[in-house]
Amino acid sequence: MKPTSHAFKANARAALGDPKLQQAMTNLRAGFVERRALMVSRMPEWEQLRDQAVAIKKHTLAHLDFYLENFERNVVANGGQVHWCRDAAEANATVLSICRSLDAKTVTKGKSMIGEEMAVNDYLEANGITPVETDLGEYIIQIRHEGPSHIIAPAVHLVKEQVAESFRATHTHLDPNRKLDDARQMCDEARGIMRQKFLGADVGITGANFLIAETGSSIIVTNEGNGDLTQTLPRAHIVLASLEKMVPTLEDAATILRLLARSATGQEFSAYTTISTGPRRASDIDGPGQYHVVLLDNGRSALLGTEFEDMLRCIRCAACLNHCPVYEAIGGKSYGWVYPGPMGSVLTPSLLGIEEAGNLPNASTFCGRCESVCPMKIPLPKMMRHWREREFSRHLNPAAARWGILAWAFLATRPGLYRIFSDGAALVLGYFGKARGRFRSLPLAGGWTDFRDMPAPQGQSFHRLYARERRRKERA
Amino acid sequence: MPAGNRKPRVALFVTCLVDVFRPSVGFAAIKLIEQAGCSVDVPELQTCCGQPAYNSGDRDDAKRIARQVIAAFQGFDYVVAPSGSCAGMIKAHYPALFSDEPETLARAKELSSRTYELISFLTDVMKLESVAARFDGTATYHDSCSGLRELGVKTQPRKLLASVKGLTLTEMRDAEICCGFGGTFAVKYGDISDKIASEKCANIEAAKADALLAGDLGCLLNMAGKLKRLGRKTKTWHVAEILAGMAADGPAIGEPENES
Repeated sequence: MKPTSHAFKANARAALGDPKLQQAMTNLRAGFVERRALMVSRMPEWEQLRDQAVAIKKHTLAHLDFYLENFERNVVANGGQVHWCRDAAEANATVLSICRSLDAKTVTKGKSMIGEEMAVNDYLEANGITPVETDLGEYIIQIRHEGPSHIIAPAVHLVKEQVAESFRATHTHLDPNRKLDDARQMCDEARGIMRQKFLGADVGITGANFLIAETGSSIIVTNEGNGDLTQTLPRAHIVLASLEKMVPTLEDAATILRLLARSATGQEFSAYTTISTGPRRASDIDGPGQYHVVLLDNGRSALLGTEFEDMLRCIRCAACLNHCPVYEAIGGKSYGWVYPGPMGSVLTPSLLGIEEAGNLPNASTFCGRCESVCPMKIPLPKMMRHWREREFSRHLNPAAARWGILAWAFLATRPGLYRIFSDGAALVLGYFGKARGRFRSLPLAGGWTDFRDMPAPQGQSFHRLYARERRRKERA
Repeated sequence: MPAGNRKPRVALFVTCLVDVFRPSVGFAAIKLIEQAGCSVDVPELQTCCGQPAYNSGDRDDAKRIARQVIAAFQGFDYVVAPSGSCAGMIKAHYPALFSDEPETLARAKELSSRTYELISFLTDVMKLESVAARFDGTATYHDSCSGLRELGVKTQPRKLLASVKGLTLTEMRDAEICCGFGGTFAVKYGDISDKIASEKCANIEAAKADALLAGDLGCLLNMAGKLKRLGRKTKTWHVAEILAGMAADGPAIGEPENES
């Protein structure tokens, strides 16, 4: 997926003017926000659970090398393989070579954000292998040839009429006059299509919500059960995972799982939680013949020990997206790459560079709602500010904004001089704004007055009035 | 904090927006703090808390300004700001700014420990239970983000508003969701800010209140500006103006002078 994060402003403008997107985004609140709030209210131990989960991840990140090697040893002991990949290109080449070794033609795929990061579908397709997304949302965006707009609900930016349209355009073998009015009918249709794909696939690719060091297992959570069929039926199961998915034990995963679904969809638990440990054993009645873990770094190890290390605690629940007023206003695709919303605004510059993604950490009001709902207590606003600091120190932010801040700071550190300007601004704006009480337009303030009025100052600055009053009191 | 029976000495951090746009909020704050039994000073060497620089990534200037504030507000029992955002900057972020400078860090922490947002100072510190003010009408209160999430300001303004004679508080939907201001965000991403502000205005409208109140002038300028652009009748005040009984002293935010 070619990033368009540099065009964030234009993307956002288009999103704000897209009535279907705006309609789709209004569903977000009832769907996720209210259900999450209900779940959290039922859990008196919520805060303790968050603290425990943070401690688990902090410990793991502090000893990540140890747990990664431990994990690999256990995967191998179970008969599987771990492929260490520095970047997306290495990971894609690894997936392709596994597929080629099995002479694979079709690959089914469970939902994987690492797969999105690698753009593995495009890569396989270019190399003559057909990937089929089996998560309904991912399937919808795949047949529409677009990227995800949300990390757990990839097609959340669409309304059901758009989905029906895409189904009709793609499933041309079905009766063109069939009814496709509600979600149920569309689910049934997708289920019928998917069933054939599951049975015919040579390789199944899934992501991983957790990697378990002590057992060499990977865990996925789904609500559709598509992950199980994806990984159990084909000849090989490939797990795409980034290295920070690691936790030491199954017990640790269980702790974090209590936070995950509640934070994500407002469920107590996802419908399916599937633990995969190695390939099919002699005594198993089914399962893949091969089990591969493609372990992707792609810039993450470089975040260890930096001010962005906390980001590696992220469990991709999307609570920060669901509670972000900016995300809700513009949808996920405006962010221009795989990871949108607050977590994307921190992670995308880490992975693509601040030159490409500089707008993302700037496009936040710092309202702090993301941090307040993050089950892993990631200080997202703080890290967005760190990106702004890096951008500022490298002179990468727009010149006008930069000089504006520098000029203002020059004054703010010289109270006497500052007072001349602040008193003057209050007087002049107060004088001209007195009659209407507000301005519909103001020179150099179009960013404000294009959208809302600017209330006029009362006329005299506080400090002037206060000094005058003190003089009067002293005289009296 | 003060020894003996002397009145606590409070330094008012006016905030740059109150200084230029709405001095009446500063005077309302002084009146309320005095009502709560304190004496009030206004240190002359104050300009701004440095938040615009801090949130723009200009850490050096943010530190310069923070040092200036730390020096100007020495020696008072408390530092109080009629803004959760500016108080939050001093209280929560100054210590973070100097995490690698032990000497200044100690002074920043010391300042942080005696800095409060106005309404939480009145209720949590001075234990003010009620005010002697009157406002005839219904009001809805917007929880500004920094005050709410950095300082836990939520029940305090509602408690004091409940004691205002004639005032009925009516809650809007999503009072805790950002109004779209976000400092320079409102100008840098004006269209996104506008969309968020429009949602907020729809919720304000649905609450059918005569007055919109909040504790931060930045948010208030944004919401009042949008309400006026939309032609809404709702009037906007800083909560301190209502609590100090000063709503009738002049026009509400964004209202013309000859209209009351």
